[in-house]
Amino acid sequence: MARTGAVSAAIELKGISKAFGPVQANKDISIRVIPGTIHGIIGENGAGKSTLMSILYGFYKADKGEIFIQGHKTQIPDSQAAIAAGIGMVFQHFKLVPNFTVLENVILGAEDGALLKPSIAKARKALTDLAEEYELKIDPDAVVETLSVGHQQRVEILKALYRQADILILDEPTGVLTPAEADQLFRILNRLREEGKTIILITHKLREIMDITDTVSVMRRGEMTATVKTSETSPDQLAELMVGRKVLLRVDKQPAQPGAPVLKIHDLRVVDKDGVERVKGIDLEVRAGEILGIAGVAGNGQSELLEVLGGFRAATGTIEMNGQPIDLTGKHSDGQSRRARGIAHVPEDRQREGLIMDFHAWENVAFGYHHDPAYQSGPLMNNAAIKADTERKMEKFDVRPPNPMLTAKNFSGGNQQKIVVAREIERNPDLLLVGQPTRGVDIGAIEFIHQQIVSLRDAGKAVLLVSVELDEILSLSDRVAVMFDGHVMGERDPKQTDEKELGLLMAGITEMPDKPIIEAVEEQLKAKQAREAAQHG
Amino acid sequence: MDLLTILQVLDSTVRLATPLLLACLAGLFSERAGIIDIGLEGKMLGSAFFAAAIASLSGSVWLGLLAGIGASLVLSAIHGLASITYRGNQLISGLAITMLAQGMTVLIAQDWFKQGGRTPSLEGGARFEPITLPFAEALQGVPVLGPIYHDLISGHTILVYVAFIMVPVTWWVLFRTRFGLRLRAVGENPAAVDTAGVSVVGLRFAAVMICGVLCGLAGAYLATGLQAGFVKEMTAGRGYIALAALIFAKWRPWYALYACLLFGLLQAVALRYQNIDLGAFVLPVQFMDALPYILTVVILAGFVGKAIPPRAGGEPYVKER
Repeated sequence: MARTGAVSAAIELKGISKAFGPVQANKDISIRVIPGTIHGIIGENGAGKSTLMSILYGFYKADKGEIFIQGHKTQIPDSQAAIAAGIGMVFQHFKLVPNFTVLENVILGAEDGALLKPSIAKARKALTDLAEEYELKIDPDAVVETLSVGHQQRVEILKALYRQADILILDEPTGVLTPAEADQLFRILNRLREEGKTIILITHKLREIMDITDTVSVMRRGEMTATVKTSETSPDQLAELMVGRKVLLRVDKQPAQPGAPVLKIHDLRVVDKDGVERVKGIDLEVRAGEILGIAGVAGNGQSELLEVLGGFRAATGTIEMNGQPIDLTGKHSDGQSRRARGIAHVPEDRQREGLIMDFHAWENVAFGYHHDPAYQSGPLMNNAAIKADTERKMEKFDVRPPNPMLTAKNFSGGNQQKIVVAREIERNPDLLLVGQPTRGVDIGAIEFIHQQIVSLRDAGKAVLLVSVELDEILSLSDRVAVMFDGHVMGERDPKQTDEKELGLLMAGITEMPDKPIIEAVEEQLKAKQAREAAQHG
Repeated sequence: MDLLTILQVLDSTVRLATPLLLACLAGLFSERAGIIDIGLEGKMLGSAFFAAAIASLSGSVWLGLLAGIGASLVLSAIHGLASITYRGNQLISGLAITMLAQGMTVLIAQDWFKQGGRTPSLEGGARFEPITLPFAEALQGVPVLGPIYHDLISGHTILVYVAFIMVPVTWWVLFRTRFGLRLRAVGENPAAVDTAGVSVVGLRFAAVMICGVLCGLAGAYLATGLQAGFVKEMTAGRGYIALAALIFAKWRPWYALYACLLFGLLQAVALRYQNIDLGAFVLPVQFMDALPYILTVVILAGFVGKAIPPRAGGEPYVKER
């Protein structure tokens, strides 16, 4: 395996710059990717990783700079050119046609002639060979929407390999996978590396970088701040390079002092508009002074649970708040009545549910609490009072810049989230619902938001935390419940469990299986997909 | 009811189903590519007028046919420009095209022919004549099969046969060719097509233009085959019925054939039986005339059950960042 500087790089970028209007997304970026290695690119949201890869895949044209592929200067005006240059891309959001078979997806755009039959036959043979070579087994005639997310990702990799890609770019590939599936993906990537493929792995997860990459490049605010050998660095050093200052990766907290139950959920069921049951009878309890973390891969009923509790989705079953039942029919349940009962909600999608992006910060801070007498002046809103209150909250939660007159979209992701968290926590709720509190939030802000959640708990309040980031669940929660396919698979003490055990629960497996873990996991996920497809009709 | 009556009703069904079928397949191509087209009505109307007008002026139905297709293609190109190139709202664009055609055809007809917005009656070479299939006369004497062949299968104009042949052709193109695979993909997930290095805009324009050709055939058939000349708003909502049939058919070619035959049958029955005496009461002619439209409403109101339209239908494609 050639890893010396003498060979020409698989990819070499020289001085790439790209601006979107006034925003400089990429500034003078140079990088060398050595063939047959896994090269990680890490950086926070908005650091410019995706822009850089989009330039490499022909989605954008760089304002300045040169691209060399296998030593040859190459122009990449569109995706076709990128494919021709041997680059394959596995996007975060898969680019598959859901009602096509695996074979049809694989040949789309790479057909051999005007008729499908020969192309399909050729692809079927090629897929069998690839499956053997890289352990990428998949049923070529399966319809993609019936496959688990992990297998859909496998189709994306096969698509790239079928097009003879030598360089594979994966953009945040583990975000939608259970830990066992992520392990399986990494085994496949290792195998690809052994066969001489070059892999670029884009991620914001330090652990993945440490686990699998040979080299890692760090991006911050559009610039490449460092490229180091993975074996010669540490997570702390990488985090510092990403943020530009020392950060605390672990949450500093004292043991919980749980009190009386604040929230009691019994036999909660939710059916969505397509008639698919998303929450299938769950029981949960959250006590004062504790954080209950709900772990699980996205799409297993956690979002629906939060929406019911937040008052914008109807359900059956019972929910008691401080011993009194709350209405679930949708007639008397809305955000307003929930807030009156002491429930505050930091929704999962801050840009759609938490904020109105075109409104000012002060208007956003008033949302949901606009009936507050302190915000009124006779029949009118007391805007001056709201602005003053907003300014105070922004100072306290370190929102930058602390200007109430700025529109929400002009803040960074982390600062937007701080505005939402400030609005909800400062109302001193009995129960705080938090969904994905740090999604798309920079590390510096993550640290701060985590501290605020812990101090609310320490003030004797109950917190229900939903997150797909297992690290976040493990470091924040006092108790962890794992959801899979609308059920709570079990509760664990975060100090007495580990990612492996939780990972199995996230795939619906409660006992150690007597076959290879990945097989058991894939079986479960396939069954879940089939159940959902059947309910869809 | 004797065989002859049944054959006459079915014969009429075939003729009335033809424009519906052509328009329905036109819509199928467009919507399978993700472009919703409620302007089928307008394109048929535009084609009907120009087909009749040019046939009347030149005396050649073939020139008329070309003019009809041309007119429909121009309207298709406008729809493509608005909804693909400029990413406008496809419903508004389709509606505008229909309104444009409704006004423009009558205006030009009045200017050219001064007959109150209609074209002169077409005769001889300016109309499509029925084709007698081989052996139709010879076999007429054979019991049952003879009359079926002679009266029902033989004796239609060329465009009727074209319409029915278009059903397997459409199926073959969609499901057996590279073009069809890409066309269906672009209606489901254009991003998949784009990242595979295929032009989304090119595919969608191709689909919209095929839609234009088929609508052109439908309109030309109305004015030069089914009837003998253009009259104001002669499409009479057929474009919308074709859309309903398309939903009823779940965007599939063979189902489209069955759906259009059903609508054609209803129209044929309404034409033949003006008042139906059910003993207890008499179904008035107005009810029979309205029946196809009532059925359209019932079908659109959800009677069809779960029809899953192409997922990217109606959404302009914008590359994500």
